[in-house]
This record gives sequence, C-alpha cells and structure tokens, in this order.
Amino acid sequence: MSDPGRTGHPDHGAEPAAGPAAPEGAASGAARPSGVGHRLRRARPGTWFLSACGLVILLCAAVPWLIAPGDPLAIAPRESFRAPGWGHPFGTDESGRDLFTRVVHGTRSSVLIGVLSTLLGVGLGAVLGLITGLGRRWVDAAGSRLIDAMLAFPTLLLALLLIAVRGPGVATVIVAVGLSSAPGYARLLRSEVRRVSRTGHVEAARMLGKGPLTIVWRHILPGALGPLLAVATLGVGQAIVWASALGYLGLGAPPPEPEWGAMLNAGRTYISNGWWMTVFPGLAIVGVGVVATLAGRRLSARWAGRGGAR
Amino acid sequence: MHDDARPAPGPTSRGVPGAVAVPGAAAPGAADTVTVGSGTAGAGTAGAGKVGSGTAGAGEGPGEVPASASPLAAAGRPGAGAPLPRGRRRAWWVSALWRLLGAVVAIWLVATLGFAVLQALPGDPAEAALGGPGSQASAAALQAAREQFGLDLPLPQQYLNYLGNLLRGDFGISYGQKRPVVEVIAPLLWPTLLLALCSLAVAWVLALLTAVIATGRSRVAARLASALELVASVLPGFWLAAVLVIVFSTQLRWFPAVSDNSARGLVLPTLALAIPLAGYLAQGMREGMLSALDAPFAAAARTRGETPRGLRWRHALRHGLVPGINLSGWAFGYLISGAVVVETVFARPGLGRALLTAVTARDVPLVLGVTLVSALGYVLVTLLADALVALVDRRAAA
Repeated sequence: MSDPGRTGHPDHGAEPAAGPAAPEGAASGAARPSGVGHRLRRARPGTWFLSACGLVILLCAAVPWLIAPGDPLAIAPRESFRAPGWGHPFGTDESGRDLFTRVVHGTRSSVLIGVLSTLLGVGLGAVLGLITGLGRRWVDAAGSRLIDAMLAFPTLLLALLLIAVRGPGVATVIVAVGLSSAPGYARLLRSEVRRVSRTGHVEAARMLGKGPLTIVWRHILPGALGPLLAVATLGVGQAIVWASALGYLGLGAPPPEPEWGAMLNAGRTYISNGWWMTVFPGLAIVGVGVVATLAGRRLSARWAGRGGAR
Repeated sequence: MHDDARPAPGPTSRGVPGAVAVPGAAAPGAADTVTVGSGTAGAGTAGAGKVGSGTAGAGEGPGEVPASASPLAAAGRPGAGAPLPRGRRRAWWVSALWRLLGAVVAIWLVATLGFAVLQALPGDPAEAALGGPGSQASAAALQAAREQFGLDLPLPQQYLNYLGNLLRGDFGISYGQKRPVVEVIAPLLWPTLLLALCSLAVAWVLALLTAVIATGRSRVAARLASALELVASVLPGFWLAAVLVIVFSTQLRWFPAVSDNSARGLVLPTLALAIPLAGYLAQGMREGMLSALDAPFAAAARTRGETPRGLRWRHALRHGLVPGINLSGWAFGYLISGAVVVETVFARPGLGRALLTAVTARDVPLVLGVTLVSALGYVLVTLLADALVALVDRRAAA
C-alpha cells in the first residue's frame, strides 16, 4: 500500500474509518475491500484529471449548446478576422463566425468518427485475424499475404477512392479510416490467437473434448481480445487525427460544417494574417488525442495484463 | 495501427526459445507440435502466457524478443515454441526465399486490388483520357481513345494485359499527361525519398534521446520525456507544419514557407513529419527497454557491477531497437504516400500529391503506378527491417 491515506488497512478488517465503502468490502467476503467507493478514493489525481477532461469532451460532443450557446454557422461579415479576445475567445473566421463555438460544435463529429471508425476497424480486423489465426496453414498463408497487401496499399488511395465513389462526408471518412486501420488489428489478433491457442488451458479444453466453437469462444477469444481492445482504445486518438487530415485535404465534411479538419483547411488560406484560425482547431485535435491516448493506456494496462495472465 | 508490430509470419517469430534452452537438441520434431502438445507443455505455459502480450504498444514486437521473457518461461514451453505456420526450421536462405516469395505475392495482390478497386471509379475512363467529363468529346474520339488504351477489351483481357505490361516494367501511359507513367513518377521519387529519409533519421535521433531519458532514473526528466512523447505522437503532421510555417516563416522568416530540395527548404517539412513519428518510435522503444530492464539478465548485469547508465546504453537499448526498427518499416510506407498533407502545406512535389491529383483527374494508369511504387517501397523496407531485426536480435535470426 503505497497510498499514505487512510485506506492502507485492508488486512485488518474494514471496521473503523473505512466509511461508506466498508459494508460493501465486508459483504464481498474478501479481506480486501473492493467496493466502488474504495476504488474511487484510491484513484490517483491523474485519473481524476483525466476523467474530468474526458467528461468535458463528452459534454461538448453530446450537448455542445450548453457550453457554446451560439450558432456555429451564423455569419457576421462585420466581425470577420477578429483576433482572440473578449467575446470571441478563439477569434473569428473569414465570415465572422465565432471559432470557439465552431470548435465546440465540431467535437461531436470528431469523436463519432474516432469511435465508429475504430469499431469498424476492430470488427473487420477481428474477422480477418480470427480466420488467419485459427485457419489451416494455407488459409493462414493466404490471409497473411492479404493483410500484407492491405498494409502496403496506400491509405490515402483507399480514402480517395471511397470519396470519389460515395462523395465526401462523415460516413465516408468513417469507412475509409476504419478500413485502413483494419489490417493492423487483424495482424495483432492473428498473433494473439496463435499465442493463446498454444497455451495449456486451450490444450486442456481440447483434451476434454470441447467443441471447436466452445474452445474459440470460451477459451481463446477472452485471452486474445485483451491486447486487441487495448490497442484499439489507443487507436481512437489516431483515427481522429487521420480523419482530420482527410478533412484538411477537403475530403471530409463540406465546408460550412464545423469540422476540425475542414476548419484547418479554411484557415490555410489566411495563415499569414489569422494564426488563430489554424492554431485553435489543431489544439482541439491534440487535446482530444492526448485524452484518448491516456485513457487507452490506462485501460490497456488493465486489459493487456488480464488477457495475458490467462 | 501505430503499433502493429511486424508480422513475423515466417521464420523470424519466437520458435527460438526452445533452441536457446537446448542448443543441441533443437529437433525439428519439436517444432511441429503445434496442435499435439505434450503434457508438460500445459504446466509450463500458464506462466509463459504472460510473456507475449506485453502492454500497450507491445503487439507482437516485444513478445518476439525472448529476452523480455524470463528464461524460465521460455524453457517451460518446450513444445509450444513452434509458431511456424510451415513447420520445421529451415536454412536461412530457404526462409529468405519464402520471405521474398511472400513479398512478390503481396505486390501482385496490391496490383490486383488496385485494378479491381479502380473499376469502381465513377465516370468513363475514356472521357478522363480526353480531358475529363467537361470536354464534350465526340463519340468517335471516345471510341478512338478506348481503342488506344485497350478499354474496349473485356475486363479479364484488360487485367491480363495490365499484368503482362507490369512484368515488362511498363506502367502504361498517363491519361492526363499523355506521357508514360514511369516518366511522370521518376522525377517525383527523389524528393519523396529525400524527405522520407530525412524525417526517419531525425525521428530516430529524437526517439532515441526521449526513450533513453524516459527510462532513466531521474523522475522529473522521465515524466517530462513521456509527456513529450505522448503529445508528439498525437500531433497531426499537417497542423504542426502549419504552426511551424506561422512561427518560422511568417514571423521569424528563418525558413521558406515553400519547400524545395535545398537544405533550408527541407527543415520545416522534415520536422513536421519527424516529430509525430518520433513520438511513436519512442513509445515502442521505451516499452522494449522497460521490459528488458525488468528481465533477469538486467539484474545479472547489475550484480556484475554495471552502472545504471551502462545498463541502459549497453544492454537495454538493444532491446528498444527492435520495436523501433519494426515500427520504422511501417513508418516508411506511411512516409511515401501519406506525406501528402505535409507536401500540400509546403507545396512540395511528391508521390502523395501525385496520387491525390491523379485520383481527382481519374487518371487510372498514374494512380496504379503510384500505388505500386509506394507498395513496392513499403514491402522492400519491411524486408530490410526484418533483416535488421535479425542482425540486432540474433535469436530472431535463427
């Protein structure tokens, strides 16, 4: 117990000062209290800060009008190119739209793109990884070459083609980013599946005569998914960055939409006289990326550890 | 995707620990027991299972380095140390040949995928060849263009022609520029490669410094280094490029905002690409070094009187290099075609921008050409990275 606080007495029974968490700890029957209150009090300040940041981002994504009540699309030509100051904390853009409002309202599409594209990538990657990891030798060889080819295929081309076929938009960006991240996840899951299926408990299950589906579902997947989910949470931040790059190339949401990449694209023209149009949307991307990555690291420390221990 | 460790589909994976434990008796029979498994393997592997998973950025990379595993764990899975999909251990040149064959197959798959996917492009390719849909070409001209580019043939025939031409090194003729694709791409190769190599070199220097500091004993410095590494790895390259332009071109006027191949012009785009890359590399290297510092051999070195600094530089760094090299293979592929945003900011010529304009103009041969060249680069560098890993980590070479 490195915590100097009053929580350092798990072995002496949770009798005196453990507060509201004590009954739960005692009820669980173990020597270590495991209630939610206990865990909350043991959380480090870093965790608190991280959760607070995550909450703010989620608020911005869910109810942007609470934080920035203005209309992100309202133009006011007289107020164009105002530098950051009172009234406009992030300044205004070429049509006088308030950048703070736009950045806040842009959170939703960025977070959506990050989460959905990662889900898509993990889903596709899981299918490919399972097939190659569990299949026979020639299936594995063919699947691995396919994964190699997908990795070698330029990511940009995939996105460009999708956009050429389906037109620009948030949905297209999600599919493009998801597809391009899938082979990486597939490769990871393949190696994990192969690792887990060589471990003792899987062999034991096989010897006990369990069916192949049971073995995969109950014995291989739980161990192999941990590292995949861990990497996937880290991937959310990357997906957001990559999606904003597409927006920057003018391939994301159409211009008046408050999307961070598109806003950066608009700011590019005025880079010499309106630095704030470039700086603030980018800071938002970096901020969300840092929070997502930190959260991913926390989760991965748990999941990877748990998955690997099996 | 950043930490997808190299595949080790073939011979470089961890079939090795068994051989390390029992050097003489690395019987090929032991390598074949993938599914059979012996009774003793079960007991040993419960502990060994911990080894491969690593933490966040681990992937298979650090798992591949058996040093990050304790020797006990390695020795404890005699039958399990055989991940080779194709069975027994081979001479090095045989596995190298398999590797090459796999690379060729991957390239062929890329060519096929590219050909198939490009059929989905909307619009008549013959129209694109005559200057786009707005050109209002006559029906006769369209027909002539179709015949010229072989577009009137049935699809399988077109595909075979295309493959045959590729084998002869003929990438076709660009619709838009009316020149052979090879001629269009050739002048772009050097700027792209130059930028990619410079960025990779700078990224390695930065990442090595960060990783060594982050694993050091000074708490404050380590914290700072990990924070820097984290922020760097999520920095969007194009945004960094724009901010660098604002600071160093618009305000300070030290470097030009439009980049050419001169040293001064290269500084900003190199930094814009290298800093995010350094974040990734440092992440992988730090993980590798940390797991090496936890390994028994590190304690053994300490008891022999190795200083902490010497331990990090002489022993742990080697284990940090492996994930770094693996990531570099991926990073290079990204730098070839993914540098497009940075090229756009600095108005630099390059393969990425060529791809962007070619797709916009529906210039199918040029798109395929750029795709194949960048895929070729990626595959070559991956092979090179595997060879380098084998050089750094002798166990992987076995």
